[in-house]
Amino acid sequence: MNFFRRILLIGLFGFNVPIGHAALTIEITEGVESAVPVAVVPFASQRAPVNISAVVNADLARSGYFKMMNEQGMPSRPSSIAEVNFKDWQGLGQNYLVIGQVTDAGGGQYNVQFQLLDVYKNGQLLGYRMTSSADDLRRTAHHISDLIFEKLTGKKGVFSGRIAYITTNNQGSKQQSHQLQVADADGFNPQTVASSVEPLMSPSWSPDGKKMAYVSFERKSAAIYVQTLATGERTRVAEFPGINGAPAWSPDGTKLALTLSKDGSPDIYVLNLSTRSLNRLTKGFSIDTEPAWSPDGSSIVFTSDRGGSPQLYIVPSKGGQEKRLTFSGDYNARGSFSPDGKSLVMVHGNGNDYRIAVMELANRSINVLTSGRSDESPSFAPNGTMILYASKKGRTGFLSAVSLDGKMQQKMAFNSGEVREPAWAP
Amino acid sequence: MKLNKTLLVLAMSALMLSACSGTDEKDASLTDGSQNAAGGINDASTSGLNKGSGAYGSEMSGSGMGGSGVSNGDYASTLGPEFNDPNNPLSKRTVYFMLDSSEVMPDFVPIIAAHAQYLVANPVQRITLEGHGDERGSREYNIALGEQRAKAVAGMMKVQGVSENQLQIVSYGEEKPAAFGSDEESWEKNRRVEIVYQAR
Repeated sequence: MNFFRRILLIGLFGFNVPIGHAALTIEITEGVESAVPVAVVPFASQRAPVNISAVVNADLARSGYFKMMNEQGMPSRPSSIAEVNFKDWQGLGQNYLVIGQVTDAGGGQYNVQFQLLDVYKNGQLLGYRMTSSADDLRRTAHHISDLIFEKLTGKKGVFSGRIAYITTNNQGSKQQSHQLQVADADGFNPQTVASSVEPLMSPSWSPDGKKMAYVSFERKSAAIYVQTLATGERTRVAEFPGINGAPAWSPDGTKLALTLSKDGSPDIYVLNLSTRSLNRLTKGFSIDTEPAWSPDGSSIVFTSDRGGSPQLYIVPSKGGQEKRLTFSGDYNARGSFSPDGKSLVMVHGNGNDYRIAVMELANRSINVLTSGRSDESPSFAPNGTMILYASKKGRTGFLSAVSLDGKMQQKMAFNSGEVREPAWAP
Repeated sequence: MKLNKTLLVLAMSALMLSACSGTDEKDASLTDGSQNAAGGINDASTSGLNKGSGAYGSEMSGSGMGGSGVSNGDYASTLGPEFNDPNNPLSKRTVYFMLDSSEVMPDFVPIIAAHAQYLVANPVQRITLEGHGDERGSREYNIALGEQRAKAVAGMMKVQGVSENQLQIVSYGEEKPAAFGSDEESWEKNRRVEIVYQAR
């Protein structure tokens, strides 16, 4: 029986950051009662620079789907299936067991192998052996988490994904600086994409995850840039008089929807990135802003105050009839589609509270997911299970994630500075 | 004017040098030179993700050139004593607004009128109207609100004879707060338009 499949992990980026450098600490503030018990046994390891099983354990815990077993309560520490006494783990109420080992392959390479075992069926659900360079060990660990998550939930894992966000240091002081950063989904390996003493805003990933569009005020007025992440190379794609804001990449990667006020009030335009031609989608005296594409690229949802208060509207992406989508609540803004296109996430304001809400398009029912006073900038995880958003307590801005049913919440606290406008990489 | 620009460029190259020596410059291959070179204006620094933290040109706001952000100690204070006299409306260069509103409140009408008169009398003088909002609600929507506020002030000035090309508008939304609390007191201070006099 060929239990192991050999796969090679090629790191997308050779990160130059010290391993184990975290920008964020993640705290699960609310978990799910129905979480499935899983025990990740510390991997047998010859002093690898990354504690792979600890990373896997933290990833799975963070998802909210699993209740992770405490290391101290483990009856034994098997690293191969022959060493596992299934009865012991059954007695402890564990459904699944993850075991593995890391061996030094020489030349800075490590062999990592793991098995996911079903405690009640006494057998293996998943087994892999991988080779990874020392620099890629964290990535390898996240990849293992993705494999386990998908096997157990049927949904793609998002642990090896990345997030972008804006952070401000020394806010209010002369040395204030704003940074657009990209980090692993667990907050490790933060990398600065752009830095300026003037505000940076509205990061939007290209669908292939290789580029980012954002707004920068570095020239004392708003401009939209498109930057290639690997090289830092960038192009200024919009710098019209007035607002140049809210860039949103089309699903096919060829266009940007954006907000311009060059013709009067802010309106939604679509910029063709290769021809640089502009197609205006909205007109009139109202504020129209915050465009977001449907996953099939056919429509664009946006915020407009044409009815007196900010509400979400939808328009065909090639132009056409505009229709109002939200009717409940006095403030519904910054809508974006779930990856399956069936729901919209938005900022839902009621009185002085601004919270994250999801609306199912089929029946227009709005479900408020968060309980902060100033929650904003919601962004769907690529697998649609979680929503990342920005929250504020006192003067501190931080990132939070909430599951689509609102039952699982986690807070990602920054070590310093204020952090906002998260965007989950596709 | 010309001298100023030269100084800026010099200062910028000095900053670039110091920035480079301060970081582990494995490969500070940074691009966009073609676009940013023009005008000697502020560049943000950008970095390639798979390289060292490549520092590029740094943001410059040249001392005494208007400063960044919230400061009202702008160029205006050098224009004449009337801009520093607390009894003169020209010393007041911030217009405040009600929640979700871009309507100029009566208290601020004489202040805007005083600046308009000054601008009519000094047609070479240019100003920037910086629109701002409080933190509540979504960020890009607040950019739009800030612009509405700045446009409301601009509209009143134009009615009083200020020429279009004396006025520049930029909205920072909630990105440059004057006060940092999350309470009504801070929000009131943040819903504003700042009248920033440009160097002549």
